Amino acid sequence: MAPDDLDGLYRDAILDHCRNPRNRALVERPDVSANAVNPFCGDEVRLQAALDSDGRISRIGLQAVGCAINQASGSMLTEAVLGRTIKEARAASDAFQAMMQGRDTAAVEGPLTALAGVKKAPVRVKCALLAWSALDDGIEDEERRRKDTSGLIPD
Amino acid sequence: MLDTARIRQDFPILSRKVNGVPLVYLDNAATSQKPRSVIRALVDYYERYNSNVHRGVHTLSMEATDAMEEARQKVADFVNAESPSCIIWTRNTTEALNLVAQGWAMEHVAAGERIVTTAMEHHSNLVPWQRVARERGAELRILPLAEDGALDLSDVNSIIDTRTRLVTAVHVSNSLGTINPVKALAARAKEVGAAFLVDGAQSVPHMPVDVQDIGCDFMAFSGHKMLGPTGIGVLYARREALERMEPFLVGGEMVLQVSYEDATWNDLPMRFEAGTPNVADAIGMGAAVDYLNGLGMDRVREHEIQITGYALDAFGEIEDLDVFGPADPEKRGGVIPFHTTEVHAHDFGTVLDRRGIAVRTGHHCTMPLMETLGVAATARASFYVYNTEEEVDVLVDAVKEAMRYFLDGSR
Repeated sequence: MAPDDLDGLYRDAILDHCRNPRNRALVERPDVSANAVNPFCGDEVRLQAALDSDGRISRIGLQAVGCAINQASGSMLTEAVLGRTIKEARAASDAFQAMMQGRDTAAVEGPLTALAGVKKAPVRVKCALLAWSALDDGIEDEERRRKDTSGLIPD
Repeated sequence: MLDTARIRQDFPILSRKVNGVPLVYLDNAATSQKPRSVIRALVDYYERYNSNVHRGVHTLSMEATDAMEEARQKVADFVNAESPSCIIWTRNTTEALNLVAQGWAMEHVAAGERIVTTAMEHHSNLVPWQRVARERGAELRILPLAEDGALDLSDVNSIIDTRTRLVTAVHVSNSLGTINPVKALAARAKEVGAAFLVDGAQSVPHMPVDVQDIGCDFMAFSGHKMLGPTGIGVLYARREALERMEPFLVGGEMVLQVSYEDATWNDLPMRFEAGTPNVADAIGMGAAVDYLNGLGMDRVREHEIQITGYALDAFGEIEDLDVFGPADPEKRGGVIPFHTTEVHAHDFGTVLDRRGIAVRTGHHCTMPLMETLGVAATARASFYVYNTEEEVDVLVDAVKEAMRYFLDGSR
């Protein structure tokens, strides 16, 4: 067998999050709610989050169906944005996307850095991004709603 | 039996490495590799006699015309068409199927009539009929799937009834491997006065196919899945069917007489080949037919039964791995779709790629069928003349490795 490079792709953190996904329970009365689908492979992500009075993500639930990379990325996402404001969550999403697109890896920390290895299999990058596109969509909807009702977006 | 060791020498690509290990190419249902003789035929055309066909009186044009028409004759003989004028060049199977939809079905299917297809069609033999049915006010009926991955024909006589104008079926399923009883379907279609169209994309490359023996009115297939180049496909149509068909592209080459007000159509088959055809790839497809004839299609089929049986046995021993399609290798083409809840198809694809193995992963352009099977995606290994049992062993080891890896991280 060839020298092993599977571990570069599927790092322990990925396998761990894939086998034991965090925050799988959807939340009641979510403020942020979005689904994302990759028709190419049938992968699906359902994301819900509730905000507290400071505009911080106080609860989050994410259910991912599909490959290991999609599931791990979704599970890591929930831990990365829990307790953050939606602006911070959006910044985390931008930073993660910058890393996956090979533009800038500096702003990503924690278990998410394990997903950088997925770039070795470029067709799989969109598996890692699916949950984050759901987060972006959900935040966008929520910001639009807030703008409509109060004209204010909390920091 | 085929001498695979010798055959492999004819395919330059098979000596390359992928991720540092020898390529194991098992994605033949998507496209096949090309022997040197096909690649040479393309180069030869461009280097020696590249020119437009059917109009020039100069030497190069005559040579190109002769070569393309010779290729048409080879393809006609290959599927036992009654005449080369029944062979229409298209870009691919999809275009050939759409030509029947636009040129024939839109003319001959009326409101309230029926088109019948099957539950295991590629999107290319489903979506065109959805459109025709919608535009003509016709009903699209689906022959259902049986438990074993074959068609359930228990209600065939009520599904294909006297109001049916067109019956169409895939000959060999790209997602299940199932070989469908096209002769029986042709007979039922004839009984009710319907036309019968076969999607031969996965059969013509892999087994002896005789359009007259089947009794179909139309058959569509592609060059690139049978060792030929991409960009060239074929619609076979019985002469009577072609004469009742309208061209769907009009312009140069397909006309006889043109005035400012009107035009008359050219003879068959040129009527359906508007514009400069894909001369080079048609010639390349002729070279592919020569290569396959050199092997003998009976022996190609025999080889695939053998390697498919070998793979089915090996896969059968892997716990928790589902293999779709008929269990008997005599009843299927060399297509093995597999699935497990432990490893998503795309993770299989990535792990296998690291081992140099090319398989297809996903829904295989049969989304309704995947829904019927209750899976989002499968991985699919598909064989051809150059594949060996050693390559099956490499595949099986890598599949086992992937399952262990995702289950508990071990090797």
